[in-house]
Amino acid sequence: MEKTNNSKNISLFDDIGDLDLLQLTKFQTILYKIIHFFKGIPNGVASLFKYIFSLIKNFFVWIKNDLTDIVQTFVNGDYKTKLSFIIMGFGSIARGQILRGLLFLVFEIVFIVYMYVAGFHWLGKLPTLGTELPGTAYDPRLDTYVRVDGDDSFKCLLYGVLTILFILAFIYTWRLNVKQNKISEEILKSGKKLKSAKDDVSSLLDEQFHKTLLALPLTGIFFFTVLPILFMILVAFTNYDGAHDGYSNLFTWVGMDNFNSLFNLNLGANNLSVAFGEILSWTLIWAFFATFTNYFLGMFVAIMINKKGIKFKKIWRGILVLTSAVPQFISLLYVSKMFSANGLVNGMLLNTGIISDLSHIIRFWEDTTLARVMVIVINIWIGVPYLMLIVTGILMNIPADLYESARIDGANAAQQFFKITLPYMLFVTGPYLLTSFIGNINNFNVIYLLTAGGPDNPKLLTSAGTAGDTDLLVTWLFKITTGAESKYYLASVIGIMIFVVVSFLALIVYNAIPSTRNEEDYS
Amino acid sequence: MTTTPKKHMGLKAKERLSNTIIYILLITISIVWLIPFIFLVFESFRVESTYQVGYVVPKQFGLDNYINLFTKTDFPIWFKNTFIIGLFASVIQTIIVLCMSYTLSRLRFKGRKLLMNVMLVLGFFPGFLSMIILYKVLSWFNLTSANSVPGLILVYVASSGMGYYVSKGFFDTISRSLDEAARVDGATRFQVFTKIIMPLSKPIVIYTILTAFMAPWGDFMFAKYISHATSAGMNVAVGLQYLISTPQNLSAYYTMFCAGGVLVAIPITILFMCLQRYYVEGVTGGAVKG
Repeated sequence: MEKTNNSKNISLFDDIGDLDLLQLTKFQTILYKIIHFFKGIPNGVASLFKYIFSLIKNFFVWIKNDLTDIVQTFVNGDYKTKLSFIIMGFGSIARGQILRGLLFLVFEIVFIVYMYVAGFHWLGKLPTLGTELPGTAYDPRLDTYVRVDGDDSFKCLLYGVLTILFILAFIYTWRLNVKQNKISEEILKSGKKLKSAKDDVSSLLDEQFHKTLLALPLTGIFFFTVLPILFMILVAFTNYDGAHDGYSNLFTWVGMDNFNSLFNLNLGANNLSVAFGEILSWTLIWAFFATFTNYFLGMFVAIMINKKGIKFKKIWRGILVLTSAVPQFISLLYVSKMFSANGLVNGMLLNTGIISDLSHIIRFWEDTTLARVMVIVINIWIGVPYLMLIVTGILMNIPADLYESARIDGANAAQQFFKITLPYMLFVTGPYLLTSFIGNINNFNVIYLLTAGGPDNPKLLTSAGTAGDTDLLVTWLFKITTGAESKYYLASVIGIMIFVVVSFLALIVYNAIPSTRNEEDYS
Repeated sequence: MTTTPKKHMGLKAKERLSNTIIYILLITISIVWLIPFIFLVFESFRVESTYQVGYVVPKQFGLDNYINLFTKTDFPIWFKNTFIIGLFASVIQTIIVLCMSYTLSRLRFKGRKLLMNVMLVLGFFPGFLSMIILYKVLSWFNLTSANSVPGLILVYVASSGMGYYVSKGFFDTISRSLDEAARVDGATRFQVFTKIIMPLSKPIVIYTILTAFMAPWGDFMFAKYISHATSAGMNVAVGLQYLISTPQNLSAYYTMFCAGGVLVAIPITILFMCLQRYYVEGVTGGAVKG
């Protein structure tokens, strides 16, 4: 690379090395990073695909290496190691690590008993999700017919998934057990001593402290997030709904049917794909406006309050913060009623004579465009105080000498904003903008409590019930789930589509944002 | 730098003008932002009609709505439910979030990056999706409908480890040399956690408690689904929404809803204002570090 001592010769649009970067002024550095953020977006997409490809490749390489290692451990191992392949923990017990060995052994016994008692039963039900409907059977002891429960498709699916996960956990533990033997052999060969049970326990507060700390959080996440998500992904490939509830009427696998109905464009109007397209595009429009109106207006208010010479800064800030302290549902429900057809606003307009009679009242929530504008405007009212808080904190971190040197160079307030404040803010809050955008895609409260998705749109009438013009994907999902027909399978298809949209956006941005990469920079 | 007196005056006048504009804007903003709440308070004291009317200041002031709220609706139950949920959630959630964020921020172990990426991706699924199965499983254990308080605590708390970002951002800013010095002196990682870092973490602990306590007061989606239209299992958000959910309800309960809104807003707002400093630190730090 060509080295130059004059920083003015470096073009900010080219890639420059760390050494040259140091020569830039702070301002130039920030500008450089911003330019490269936007330059990075196409590369981000490309590297995403490369990354996925390399993940797949690495996975197979890893499997191959792992299998070789297992075979080698068996071939080279002593009889203790070899027996451990069948009796888990045997090696550990034989070598004096009784606690470890017993844990392995107990796990193996529990696994075998579980599989014998229930595991194979549920695995067998998984391909069909149950075949027996509830019925009646003759009970000779009571000399009467009694009700007999049939299969429960819900349980078949849930326990089937749990059993598969348990088998995977067993395979992992078995592999751990094999590795354990290999390591122990090596340690003993080199003449060192193995760890005692006491060492093992006390290491949980030191070398293995992360396992202690993570045990509770990860258990919760597994049972309340991972497992439900796995289950719901599978539900998208079944016909689970209110009519096929699993016990009075079984549900079963339907393959890709649900996805096909979402993307089938040949059914004319009133089909799912039309509704999905409409709602998805409004969701994105909403998320865009909700995020950026809040962002820029919040920044604007914060800059006004922070301006030198403005008095009572604490009072202005306090008033706004006060309004954001009130639980959102109260503000939203109240404002929603305030603007309703019989609400306060229309009432006051009538009383003051601005509108002459009831036939002229403004129907804020019944006109598509008006309702959409209203939710965005009210969202500004809800969100700006929060943004103001964030921006105020960040503004204070902008080095004051940046402004000082800009002033000396004769930059006015607007120039200072566009050349210093805005670039700095965009750079620092890049990740926040993304999370906020995702948050708005899933912003249930604002939409549901203001309009409940209305006004209803006959175009969006589908087999899953109606949807309205302000419905987001997430409120639609809620309506489908809680509606009369409870089309769970459709809800999970939409959930998956939300996931696809969000992760597509996120991966592109995450690949392009530099500040998420250098985690250690903050320490 | 020399400037002529005339130009100097011009700058000052310009400054004064822009400040005046800003004051006008700030006053307008303050009014717009406060007005709905002022209306809400006025309407909660209105005696002459329980329905929506076209004026703000009541013709007759009184506490009728507040009294009716406690005698004619289940508001005390909703309030108690929410309070209990908030209390339990704040304690358990704080422990979980601190464990998670501390580990991911200050301990280095195999699979740490993978774990963080997996949780990031899990977060892309809409949270409500898992409610369909959770509701069913909770109902097997009788933790829904009238008995939904423990069920809701479980739902709020169990996955709270995924919301570690703000807290991790805080731990990231504490210098690592502190840990290293203590480790050189022979402290275990457990001792570093309890004796070195925890005493420094008051702001983030208070922030986590505060947000965990406040969240159940505003949650609508989960609470509505789990309580399943059973009044005894509702939180304030679902209960108050239920009061005005149909036109008949609206005409009978509208002012009581306003009174309920005031009663919920007061404790939460006071709590928030007292701990505002910690909240601002948490929010700002979290936004910057993502």
